Amino acid sequence: MRLIGFLLIPALLGACGGDREKTVLEFWAMGQEGEVVQSLMPEFERLHPELQVKVQQIPWSAAHEKLLTAYAGDAMPDVFQLGNTWIPEFVVLKAVDSLDNRLTAQQREDYFEGIIETNEIDGRLHGLPWYVDTRLLFYRTDILVKAGFSAPPRTWNEWLATMAAIAALPGGDRYGLLLPMNEWQVPVILALQMGSELLRDEARFGNFRSDAFRQAFRFYLDIFRRGYAPAVSEAQIANLYQEFASGYFAMYVTGPWNIVEFEHRLPKSMQGRWATAPMPAPDESYPGVSLAGGASLAIARSSSRKDQAWKLIEFLSEPEQQLAFYRLTGDLPARRSAWLHPDLATATRTQAFKTQLERVVSTPKIPEWERIASKIAHYTEKAVRGELTEEQALAALDKDVDRILEKRRWLLRKRAP
Amino acid sequence: MKTPLLPANTAFWFLAPALILIVVFFFLPVAASLLLSFTDFDIYALGDHERLRFVALDNYLRLLGDPLFWTALKNTLYFVLVGGPLSVAVSLGAALLVNHRLVRFKGLFRSLLFLPVVTTLVAIAVVWRYLYHPRYGFLNYLLGLLGLDTVDWLGDPDWAMPAIILMAIWKNFGFNMIIFIAGLQSIPVRLYEAAVIDGASTWRQFRHITLPMLAPTFVFVTVITMIGYFQLFAEPYVMTQGGPANSTLSVALLMFQEGFRWWNLGYAAAVAFTLFLIILTGTVLQLRLRRREI
Amino acid sequence: MAVFSEKPIKTLLLHLALIAAVIATLFPLFWMVSVSLMSSAEANRFPPPLLPAAPTLEHYRMLFSRLNLAAYLLNSTLIATSVTVLSLLLNSMAGYAFAKLRFKGRDRLFRLLLASMVIPAQVAMLPLFLMLKEMGLVNTYGGVIVPGMASIFGIFLIRQYALSIPDSLLDAARIDGAGEFRIYRTLVLPLCKPILVTLAIFTFMGTWNDFMWPLIILTDNDLYTLPVALANLLGEHVQDAELMMAGSVLTVLPVILLFLVLQKYYIEGLVLGSVKE
Repeated sequence: MRLIGFLLIPALLGACGGDREKTVLEFWAMGQEGEVVQSLMPEFERLHPELQVKVQQIPWSAAHEKLLTAYAGDAMPDVFQLGNTWIPEFVVLKAVDSLDNRLTAQQREDYFEGIIETNEIDGRLHGLPWYVDTRLLFYRTDILVKAGFSAPPRTWNEWLATMAAIAALPGGDRYGLLLPMNEWQVPVILALQMGSELLRDEARFGNFRSDAFRQAFRFYLDIFRRGYAPAVSEAQIANLYQEFASGYFAMYVTGPWNIVEFEHRLPKSMQGRWATAPMPAPDESYPGVSLAGGASLAIARSSSRKDQAWKLIEFLSEPEQQLAFYRLTGDLPARRSAWLHPDLATATRTQAFKTQLERVVSTPKIPEWERIASKIAHYTEKAVRGELTEEQALAALDKDVDRILEKRRWLLRKRAP
Repeated sequence: MKTPLLPANTAFWFLAPALILIVVFFFLPVAASLLLSFTDFDIYALGDHERLRFVALDNYLRLLGDPLFWTALKNTLYFVLVGGPLSVAVSLGAALLVNHRLVRFKGLFRSLLFLPVVTTLVAIAVVWRYLYHPRYGFLNYLLGLLGLDTVDWLGDPDWAMPAIILMAIWKNFGFNMIIFIAGLQSIPVRLYEAAVIDGASTWRQFRHITLPMLAPTFVFVTVITMIGYFQLFAEPYVMTQGGPANSTLSVALLMFQEGFRWWNLGYAAAVAFTLFLIILTGTVLQLRLRRREI
Repeated sequence: MAVFSEKPIKTLLLHLALIAAVIATLFPLFWMVSVSLMSSAEANRFPPPLLPAAPTLEHYRMLFSRLNLAAYLLNSTLIATSVTVLSLLLNSMAGYAFAKLRFKGRDRLFRLLLASMVIPAQVAMLPLFLMLKEMGLVNTYGGVIVPGMASIFGIFLIRQYALSIPDSLLDAARIDGAGEFRIYRTLVLPLCKPILVTLAIFTFMGTWNDFMWPLIILTDNDLYTLPVALANLLGEHVQDAELMMAGSVLTVLPVILLFLVLQKYYIEGLVLGSVKE
């Protein structure tokens, strides 16, 4: 009889919704992260026995539409991962909850300033950085030494000199730098280093004919004009790793994911011959700034379990979990204290990212940014190919971007009569 | 038992359920789509309907100035004009082979060649992505055997569309083959018998009997194929996501990306309608042209 | 006697050509099955192996144990069956009415329906999504099933076939006092059986293979159909060729079996739908 009672009581409690029933949190995460994060969940559920996390894994290629259709269809999860350039869109939709009252000032201190800043819109925090990325210089140490440079470039002038020396090395097709000409990131990084605002008047208009952007753009085009970088688009580089190993190019501006890739895909003989370094700066202010990238965790405004959702975010943000996640994925921790662990402190190639992460800035935080970025890529490619002059390309870019921002201007006018 | 409970207009009750569904779930959305294409429905409007504006033909004008649209249109035309005729030709060839009077086990051959049509595209994409694999793929292996250079099928902007076309033909040719076979079988045998008596060669028989008699089938097949091929979406979606360098971005895929990835519904609706107009023009042109020929 | 010796050679060549065509056509399917039985990373070799060294079912086991494939299989079956049954009923009623019941404007209405088949489905998709959202059907099976419940093509197919039912037969039943629904149920449906089977296969396969719409309308993992789940896997497990192939085999197998069993009806219907008129 006792046994039966023992079995019945939880069943009865469950049936009338007693406190023994677990609250199920829905958590959407993308790509590899979505798969790997599941292995952290048992620990979370052990610490919070009243909670159960249902992780849904979403492929990166469909992530953006999945989140927006879920919003449109009132089917948002409680917690979700989102690329930090997507935050402005979800703020416009009022789809994410503010985290201002949840994050303590002390916790906030621990985040890279430039990164957490991407999550702040109109002075309010809408997401918490989960992992971070930025772009910096990957280079072949041996080729730089052969060209007479024992250290990576610290200024734009040194950078050009290094490229010139590499181009002058004997042995055929050699380039100092690989710049896939259909990417917007490098031109934008250079412009940000020059202090360009990219957009002006509270992001009402494009600002691409400003001095700062123009100088950066000219520097970028110059690299191609002087033949220091091959005029190829990303798709035309058949095998990046092979080309890097063969010395076709000696430097490449890319992100942390390539540390893992390079370690796996470059031949063994190459492993002692490449390194990473922060971006060169236009002046003596080394290191130059780079892009604040990465992914954040956010709570859906529609969630009825916001407090529990925050517990999950807090858990994933603990330095210990951040480290565990780094070990599983190679994704860089968003909290500085996690970087103190020997695993990271001794990884020299990764440490360059630490230095760089202290010097990152955000791209304009407006929903139109992705479209603007694709326009930058489009006109940059035209200018590199010589189809448009520098002036024509920048004028066309301003014109297109002004058109993209037309709705934003209308909304701003409407809001402030 | 007599049950004259039905109202006088019985036909209405037979038609109503299906027609109401078609009107509600097809005609109404099509009309709404047309309206949508005259607005600037975007992510702002999704969050708050007050932020929706009527913009007349703005979306269509923007479309004409959008290099991405032209790229998508160019790619789609490439697919229709190269893939379409090739696909019809392969179907006709297969039909002639299967239907040849000397061939035995016609039914078996027909069914086996038809098999790709019923398969699930997403599953097939998995296989073909592997066949196209630059290092381990079978196609490059075959090229190697023939002493040719290997190709990065889905990674090279020049080869990605041909790769999509090849897969699409493989997947679809069986459908048209069946229709051609039916067309061939409807040609009266006595015509051939008369031709043989007149001493006409096989080629002359094909040229002067088979082709003209097949003309209606031909019109049907080309029109259907063209309409289908203009709507190219799933193949590049699962194989390449429109890449590399937008070389397989089709108009339908562009619509999907604008609509569901970025939620520029107004603009996406304009893309969809433009696609519709292009298809309509193509269909009418083709029917006119054929009618004059026949 | 060249005339006689030419024929066997020609016959042989024809058959060889056909066999070559069949091999080329079936090769991707054969290879899919073969790779799905290989152990992990075995397919990552050059030259590509044709057959598994030691066939294994580990990937199939993994699909069911870890990746929840049984649930997707069930979802796909449920959705495809519902759409098939419902659309068969509604389309056959409408098709029969267009073929045999007289009413004003019948032919004009039918032509209008036919003409609208040129409109690409994508045009309707965006507002349809918003509409289904208002109806609360986003992220439900209903969102996939309801819009598929009637199709112009289905009505067309039934109508073409029903035209061949002799009017005298229907009139005789009417004289006997049978109601129209009774005639439909007891006379028309049995007579239309072959085309109903055809349409059933068509609809089932079309729904089973459909990808874009379920992808849009179903946001919850648990509701995914097989193709959507497979595409989802594809994004994450590109390297696990063998696992992906096993998933593909399971996705394709049901429709291929269905086709092979009912191919006669399927092909006849296809011909009917295209050639007549």
